[in-house]
Amino acid sequence: MTNKTDAQHALTLGDRVQADRVHTSLYTDPAIFEQEMDKVFSSTWVWVAHASEIPEAGSYKNTYIGRQPVIVVRDRKQKVHVLLNRCRHRAATVCEGKKGKTNSFVCPYHGWSYSLDGALRGVPHPESYADQLEKGELGLVSLRVEEYAGMIFATFKNDIEPLVDYLGPAKKWMDLFMKQGGGYPIKVAGEHRFRFPGNWKIQLENTTDAYHFPLVHKSFLSSVDKQTEEMLDFVGGSGYVEDLGNGHSVMVMIPQLIDLEENLDAPIPERFAELAEQLRAEQYSDEEVRRIVRAVGGSGFNLNIFPNIACSMAFFRVLQPIAVNETEIHHAVITMDGGPQVANQARLRLHEHFQGPMGFGTPDDSEAWERVQKGASAGEDLWIMLNRGLAGEKPTADGRASDVSAETGMRAAYQQWKKLMTA
Amino acid sequence: MNTELITQVAAFIWQEADMLDHGEYAQWLESWTADGLYIVPIDPQQTDFANTLNYAYDNADMREKRVARLGSGESISTSPVPRTVRDVSRFRVLANDGSNVTVRCAQNLREFRKDVLKHYTADVTFELVRSGGSFLIKRKIVRLINSTDTLQGIGYIL
Ligand code: FES
Ligand SMILES: [Fe+2]
Repeated sequence: MTNKTDAQHALTLGDRVQADRVHTSLYTDPAIFEQEMDKVFSSTWVWVAHASEIPEAGSYKNTYIGRQPVIVVRDRKQKVHVLLNRCRHRAATVCEGKKGKTNSFVCPYHGWSYSLDGALRGVPHPESYADQLEKGELGLVSLRVEEYAGMIFATFKNDIEPLVDYLGPAKKWMDLFMKQGGGYPIKVAGEHRFRFPGNWKIQLENTTDAYHFPLVHKSFLSSVDKQTEEMLDFVGGSGYVEDLGNGHSVMVMIPQLIDLEENLDAPIPERFAELAEQLRAEQYSDEEVRRIVRAVGGSGFNLNIFPNIACSMAFFRVLQPIAVNETEIHHAVITMDGGPQVANQARLRLHEHFQGPMGFGTPDDSEAWERVQKGASAGEDLWIMLNRGLAGEKPTADGRASDVSAETGMRAAYQQWKKLMTA
Repeated sequence: MNTELITQVAAFIWQEADMLDHGEYAQWLESWTADGLYIVPIDPQQTDFANTLNYAYDNADMREKRVARLGSGESISTSPVPRTVRDVSRFRVLANDGSNVTVRCAQNLREFRKDVLKHYTADVTFELVRSGGSFLIKRKIVRLINSTDTLQGIGYIL
C-alpha cells in the first residue's frame, strides 16, 4: 500500500507539469528550487538590465542570475559585459552598491584589480608569485551577453541559441512596448523593490493573470476615475492571452492600446486632460501632445519573458528567486529620456499610485501571493489548477491564444520550465 | 535655544502621531495646507522629489484616497488594518521665520498585523505653517533609514 507521500515521491519532475495543472511541490520543495537554480537560471537567457541603467562607459549595475551575483558594466568602447562578482583570488565580491560608475574593479581584500571587461590588470606585491601567476586565466568570469530593444540578457550556457531566436515572437511585443517613450528613448528612472514570502513562479504566473485584477485590485479601482475604472474592467472583454513559445506569453488587456502610435486621434482620457493642457502650453504640437499623453498611460498589455522579466503595461517587472519560499521583485519605472518634465512626472506619480510597498496595488498582490504559499503547505498531494481558458484555446500565427483571463501564459511558462528541468 | 518653540512644535507633531496611531484620519486630513505634500522618498539624499520615484508623493487628493483605502476593507493587505505605535523625539528646529518652521525629528514606529511585528525607523522633516495659534503641515518628508532596502507593504501612513 502506498500512502500519499510515497505517491508524490513517485512523481518525476516531468509528471509534475501536466497540460492543465502543476504539482504543489513546485512551490514548496527545496530540492526542486535547488535544481531550478541550475537547470533554469543557469541554462537559459536571463534579463540583467535595461541599457539606460548603464548609460556611460564605466556605468555598472549589480544584480543576480539565480543566486549568483553579477556585475553588468559598460566598458570604454561601449561594450556591455556581465561579470561574475567574485574575485579570482579568494572569492570576495569586487563591486558593491546597486549602481554606480567606476574605472576598474579593485578587490577590497588583497587588492587585485580588474578592468571593465573583467581582465585581471594587477596584483599587489606580485614577487611572491615568482612570475607564475597566470593573469590571462584569472579575469572575472565573463558571461555571454546579447541585447534586443535595449533589453540586456546574459547566459551561463555558451552554446545556447541567439537571444533573438530565444525571444522569437516576443520581439514584436518588446518593440511595441518601447513605444511608450512617446518618441523619446525610454529610460529606467528608479525602481520599487520588495520581497514576499513565496515561490518565484507565483509571481511569474501573475503577470498574465487578468482574473485576479477586479478582486485583488478593488481598492485601486476605487481610487481612479470612472473612465479609467471602465478601461481596467477588462475581464470578460475582447482581450486575450497568447502563448509566444519558449515560455513567453502576452496578455492583452486593452486591445486599443497595443500600438501606442495608432489611434492618435482617439479622445484624450479625462485623467490626462490637465497634462495635455500643460503640454500645449509648453508649445508641443497637437500630434506630439497626443503621442506623449498616450505613451504616459502605458501599453495595454503585459509581456512575460521567461524566466525573470516582464514588460508590464508601463513598467518592467523583474523577479529574483531568493529561496523556495522567498522572492524579490523590482518594479522599474520608465520615463521618456529627454521628454517633457510634466509627462515624466505623470509617469512617476502613476507608478507610485499602484506600485511599491506604499502603492495601492502591489501590497495586495503581495498579500495574495503570500496566501498562496501559505495555502500550498496544506495538501501536498494536491495540484495547482491551470485549466482556465483551455477549452477556448486556438492556434495562432505565433502560438496559441485564449480569452483574456485564460491561464494560457502560465501553461506556456510551465511547459518551458518542464523542458528545461527535464533536459 | 528656543525651548518655547520646541515645545510648540513637539506638541503639534505628537498630536499628529497620536491621530495616526489611533486612526483619527478625518482630523489628520484637516492638518494640512491646501498644497501640502506627504513624501516618502527612496533615495535618502534626494531633494527633487517631484522628478524622482518615491514610495509616496501625496497631495491632498492622494492623502484622501490613501485614508479611504485604509478604511475601505477592499484591500487584503490592509484588512485587518495594521496597528501602529510610534515615538517621535529628537526635535530640532532647522529654520524659523516667524510664520514657517522647519523641524527635524526621529520617528520609531512599531507595526503589528496578523502575526508579524515590524519596526520602521525614520528621520522626519516637517515644514509647518503657523495657523490660528497652531500649525498646518506643508511638507512631511519621511526618510526611512532602510528606504533603499526591499520593503514589504506599508498600507498606513508613516
Ligand atoms: S580575495 Fe580578492 S584579492 Fe584576495
Ligand atoms: Fe496584481
